[in-house]
Amino acid sequence: MLLLTIVFLVVRVLPGDPVLLHFEKAEKPEAIEAMRRNLGLDKPIVIQYFEYLGGLLQGNLGKSMQDYSPVGQQIFSAFPATLELAIYSMIIAVVIGVLLGVRAAKAYNSIQDHSIRAFGIVTYAIPVFFLGMIFQMVFGIYFHWFPTGSRTFPTMEPNGLTVGDIHISTGLYTIDSLLEGNLSKFIQAVRYLFLPSLTLGLVLCGIFLRLTRSNMLETLRQDFVTAAKARGLKETTVTYGYALRTAFLPVLTMMGLQFAALLGGAILTETTFSWPGLGRYIVERINFRDYTAIQGAVVFFGLLVALVSLFVDILYAFLDPRIRL
Amino acid sequence: MQKIKHSILGQLIPGLSSLTKRGAAGWITIIGAVLVVSIVLMTLLAPWISPHDPSAIDVNPPPNPAPPSEQFPLGTNHLGQDMLSRIFWGGSIMLQVAVLSVFICLIIGMPLGLLSSYAGGVLDKTSSLIMDSIYAFPGLVLAIAIAATLGRGVVNMALSIAVVYIPSYFRVIRSQVLTIKELTYTEAAKAAGAKRRTILFRYILPNVVPSIVVVATVNFADAILTAAGLTFVGLGVEKSIPDWGYDLTDGRALLPIGAWWVITFPGIMIVLLALGFTLMGEGLSELLNPRLEQ
Repeated sequence: MLLLTIVFLVVRVLPGDPVLLHFEKAEKPEAIEAMRRNLGLDKPIVIQYFEYLGGLLQGNLGKSMQDYSPVGQQIFSAFPATLELAIYSMIIAVVIGVLLGVRAAKAYNSIQDHSIRAFGIVTYAIPVFFLGMIFQMVFGIYFHWFPTGSRTFPTMEPNGLTVGDIHISTGLYTIDSLLEGNLSKFIQAVRYLFLPSLTLGLVLCGIFLRLTRSNMLETLRQDFVTAAKARGLKETTVTYGYALRTAFLPVLTMMGLQFAALLGGAILTETTFSWPGLGRYIVERINFRDYTAIQGAVVFFGLLVALVSLFVDILYAFLDPRIRL
Repeated sequence: MQKIKHSILGQLIPGLSSLTKRGAAGWITIIGAVLVVSIVLMTLLAPWISPHDPSAIDVNPPPNPAPPSEQFPLGTNHLGQDMLSRIFWGGSIMLQVAVLSVFICLIIGMPLGLLSSYAGGVLDKTSSLIMDSIYAFPGLVLAIAIAATLGRGVVNMALSIAVVYIPSYFRVIRSQVLTIKELTYTEAAKAAGAKRRTILFRYILPNVVPSIVVVATVNFADAILTAAGLTFVGLGVEKSIPDWGYDLTDGRALLPIGAWWVITFPGIMIVLLALGFTLMGEGLSELLNPRLEQ
């Protein structure tokens, strides 16, 4: 709620009239007035605010300044692409981060540990779109291993599952193609998804790496780990089955927190790979100076982050019985 | 003048040599500082060391972009501009944006954090609530929203980045002040009848400074990456000014024809600059707050 207010104030109250900015060249005053009236921008700011909130409660994010179609609809149609990218990137980030973090902790203060930490720091300093372009250049243009843009081959869009009159479609191409039972569509979807999610995943893995490493260092020193080793359990069982389980809870919290960073990174990744999601939508609308669309997308991102953090809190309580909501 | 110079240098040199004795953290700080200082020097000296005018078109006669050659060691872009000169000049915008945004963060975040956590009450509750909601928000998304409304330019970029990162300063300062406030020496000062202002500035502030230094250093890296991101989505400075972020963005269109040099060099510069600040922050946080590690 507070977040919405801040976004609203940021977009509406800051200097710069969206309508005037929208028309780059001088336009007839009547045309400007008409647009203002059409978008409800001629009313006092307080009324605009409550109208916006009222609309929001009904899932209405206002009309686009570019094509006057409902922003909410545009956002919902672009969202599955972003969600798919976000899910796979998060998986890649966590898997790489946790595995490397465990390795580093086990090899504490060795060359391996230092190089893994250095890798973590470097991933933090790379602009995600630069890494994306390098991948495009190397794996897409030089080796031709992976496609460099868009979500799938134009004729390979999956339809989802249709049973009788019921049509199930998630908008996530990897899931829809499996629902459809079409393996070649699935392979295409994965091929297109691979580079963008690897890019975003690598940039985010540093933070998981660091967190896992420091947690594992602490856990590996604890008595129950020594006890498990003393009982003659295998090294891998002790590391992954015992120690990592304890060290994983903070990683889970971090996944929730990093979701916000992930969305920011998704904007840049989507633009790099011409991935037709929300991020590219925002960037496109920036070029069109479509302020209602930008505001809508930003509000949507805010709601999403709030939802995810709520979900993580609930999950946390579920995994750790000591925590009561 | 001589005296001031002497005293600063006199403090700095033993400081540097003591860094080498502080183990890995000291060396990490030094490597980071060397990276940052050399990039800053390169940018400052750009007018004298650049072989060509960075904005001059067709320095290399067409066809362009031309790959690295003896005459143009880093190649040219599609306008026939010399990439080496653009690398020398191109850090200036990013550094300006980063310095300005860190400065704004400091002058707003620091007093706000100090005052609200020391005073407590409604002020603290309200500002914490606002800061927490900004903190939870996707940073780049918020920066894009603000920059899109404010328009282009160095100051606008710095402002939109600052809004995103003020909460980091606020939170770090607040948590520290809340602890220091309860320590015995602060109570002693209070009991001795020290004024509020004296307690805040003479007793609390000096103990918060190390954390602020760490946050600010890391924040430099964030600001640079965010500035690059803003430029990438079309919210950077005017096209006529040489800028790594802009060159990187512009070079994307040249990827399909295999012009790797147009994006690679500006990209590496951004990475090196951000890496320099990250390493410094990393090392400093270990040196200044040894207890915070792990």
